[in-house]
Amino acid sequence: MRYGDAGFNLEIDLSTGNIEKVATDPKDTEDYLGGLGTNAKIIWDRVSSDTDPFSEDNVLIFSSGLLCGTPAYGANRTIISSISPQTKLFAFSMTGGFFAPELKQAGYDKVILRGKSPNWVYIYINNDKVELRDATHLLGKSTYETLEAIRDEINDPRAQGLAIGLAGENRVFFASIETHRGSASRLGLGAVMGDKKVKAIVVRGTKDLSIAKPVEFMNECSKVLDYMMYRLQNPIKGVPAILSLIGSPQEMLLHDEEWHTNNFAWGNARVRRKNFWNSEIERQWSETLERSRKKLISCYNCPIRCAGIIELPGFPTYVMKCYSKITYTMAAMVDSLEFGLKIAAKAQHYGVDGFTTPQVMAFAIELYENGILTDKDLEGMPKDSREEQFFWLLDRIVRREGIGEYLADGVYWAARRIGKGAEQFDRNTIKKHEQIPIKLGMLNPIYYIMWSTGEKANITQIEGQFPQAPFPSKELKEEFIRDWIQIPTGKEEKFKRFIMEWGEEGKNFPFWPEPDLIAELVEWQELMHYVDDSLGLCAGLSSFPLKPPYHIHNLPVFIKYATGIDYDEQKLWDTASRIRNLVRAINIKRGLRREDEKPPEDHWKKRFPEYEQKLLDEYYKYKGWDNRGVPKKETLDKLGLGYVAEEFEKMGIYEGE
Amino acid sequence: MELTLKEELAVSEKKKVKFIKIDVDKCHGCRACEVACSAFHAKPKYSTINPARSRIRVFRDELRNVFVPVYASFYTKAECSGRRVYIAEQKEHSPERREYVECSFCGAACPSRDLFFEPDSGLPVKCDMCEDDPPLETPWCVKVCPVGALVVEEKEVEVSEREQEKEDEVEHGLDALADKYGWDKVVEMVVKKVGNK
Repeated sequence: MRYGDAGFNLEIDLSTGNIEKVATDPKDTEDYLGGLGTNAKIIWDRVSSDTDPFSEDNVLIFSSGLLCGTPAYGANRTIISSISPQTKLFAFSMTGGFFAPELKQAGYDKVILRGKSPNWVYIYINNDKVELRDATHLLGKSTYETLEAIRDEINDPRAQGLAIGLAGENRVFFASIETHRGSASRLGLGAVMGDKKVKAIVVRGTKDLSIAKPVEFMNECSKVLDYMMYRLQNPIKGVPAILSLIGSPQEMLLHDEEWHTNNFAWGNARVRRKNFWNSEIERQWSETLERSRKKLISCYNCPIRCAGIIELPGFPTYVMKCYSKITYTMAAMVDSLEFGLKIAAKAQHYGVDGFTTPQVMAFAIELYENGILTDKDLEGMPKDSREEQFFWLLDRIVRREGIGEYLADGVYWAARRIGKGAEQFDRNTIKKHEQIPIKLGMLNPIYYIMWSTGEKANITQIEGQFPQAPFPSKELKEEFIRDWIQIPTGKEEKFKRFIMEWGEEGKNFPFWPEPDLIAELVEWQELMHYVDDSLGLCAGLSSFPLKPPYHIHNLPVFIKYATGIDYDEQKLWDTASRIRNLVRAINIKRGLRREDEKPPEDHWKKRFPEYEQKLLDEYYKYKGWDNRGVPKKETLDKLGLGYVAEEFEKMGIYEGE
Repeated sequence: MELTLKEELAVSEKKKVKFIKIDVDKCHGCRACEVACSAFHAKPKYSTINPARSRIRVFRDELRNVFVPVYASFYTKAECSGRRVYIAEQKEHSPERREYVECSFCGAACPSRDLFFEPDSGLPVKCDMCEDDPPLETPWCVKVCPVGALVVEEKEVEVSEREQEKEDEVEHGLDALADKYGWDKVVEMVVKKVGNK
């Protein structure tokens, strides 16, 4: 009898069409929880360091998290893992919605795909019945159309699915996998799905999921719901509006976009428009959003409505959330939110990443303006309107047509293929992956470490629950720390003191605070993401916002009551460290080293190369890694990852130290 | 839009009937009500989760902004005839209209679909306002719906309705058992039980 998890994975060999339901080892649940943790274990075990992302040997895993399907609010994330075609490193991207709980209800924790299908298929899971069905008639259909067509075909409006669009079919390196409620966008997992010729995966489940300590578990859920309501009614004071609540940043609800538009860089992460936000823009943008947003909606079992159904005349309906609301507008350097919402409609139906895509297009425009791409290269591109140019580029990219063939590989690879100095315009990637366009003045040592060493190469999945700037007054500082219950045991005094002192005379970045406190703050922020991604919890209720409902103190209790496995704070911390180091190890095996861990040169205007290297040294030391960023043997042994150290030794990875 | 379907579900001593008022404009389709309902009615309580067992289900079509919670009402062994078709509000440019048959929004446990039947026993389920043992002040589904799509309301009714309802419920249960096991088995069991007493 298994509690919390279903205890079975679905293993599908697409090359042969073989489908098996395989029982999983409960010890893996204890050691790696589920979701990202157990995905990483499978990738480590099965995918060798020289496996090309587009090869039969690459696996693509669709996983629920350990708490998905339980009544824990917001435990609905699907964690998709593989090797990224863009970074060639471990890729893990998540989506909210309804897929993961439905998969659990069908009796599976994961669907693991290997091989490649000879013909286009979609996977239909109906409890114990699993079919690979012909998908040729779905080719060219958008992500949303595909899911709708399948629901009609199987005549089941309650089935939940994930699909790729044209971009995934054409193996665009930043193709997403979409549901009706969200997308797993980052790192090109849609391209891997397309390479495997899987157009969609749809599941329907009507089985029971068991809870080990039912009454106790429900009590914890009720406490979390109460706290969620409390936080919604009590926004954090002294921070920008979109950071004051919980959930995904509430950009579908709120109109105030001053923080992003004035502080982030526009174009190809190029220009700050420091006074962009004014009352006229606010009026226009509010009007646009009010008119196009039909309703605010949620994911499975969550009362916080982070997403909006967006509908604009002449464009397909879609569901949007968070910062992709404005990424296209900012990249195109136009003033119109309506343009951003319209092109996002097409982009989401094509199935591309809302962070990377706008930047790739802005990069192309820059190359054109600088004479590196010519009229001949961009034959047919509209001349006068930047908006039209973006629409045109998007159409080329998802089809890999003309210049789109180059751009579809993302900025890093496109720049190197185009040559002629295009590399100089690759100015906002880390580990070959496009980043949020932030260009700031003074080096922030905490963010320096997070940008450099984050395995996800995506800051919003590394940072969180920590203010991004000092509170403006002593009173606000005191109010913030008063009921700050989320801090790990033993770190309360240190972290609270940091908040109180931050911003005082001599207590400012970059040379303050001391490096080991920086490492501690980074570790807390990132480890909580590893916990969420393994439990299938929405970061918007846990690792991302200030004072979240889930934290290091109640999460072990949730795990214990759901699964019956004894868990406490220390054990969860160790497990998160184990998962974090295993993910690291996969990347180390694939060649990641210290020299890859650097934010773009102009990320901050004021840089301190020697000091930065010292920070990196200290962080590596704190993590138990050598000065190349490789986890040391004793670190791995202590975390129960002796098998990783053995492999490192066999591969000669330790020899270069 | 307030759904007109209001089912009388339980009667207090003061001839007050509690019912769940559904506001489909407020529902955003998260299905927390399904999770809560299936947990509450599990045996032992909260031990299993399975929305397929839930006595409230949300009909969702996010692209057309249709979110309708429907709770299990009566049992019928026959499909209805002359079923009506609802057409979702469409934007002008939409290539096709989306049609839903009436039963998408119907609370009956009937043979035309698998809704409101226990997945393993095949027996129909009915919303009891969480008033089995021990009864809850507020049904779980309402408790977990802080957006107010589900609210408990009360109305006055005649006592005779109460008696009628009890009768209906017994009949409902018996019919369902008979459909599944045949009248012979049901009668046999009733006789046996009565004999034991």
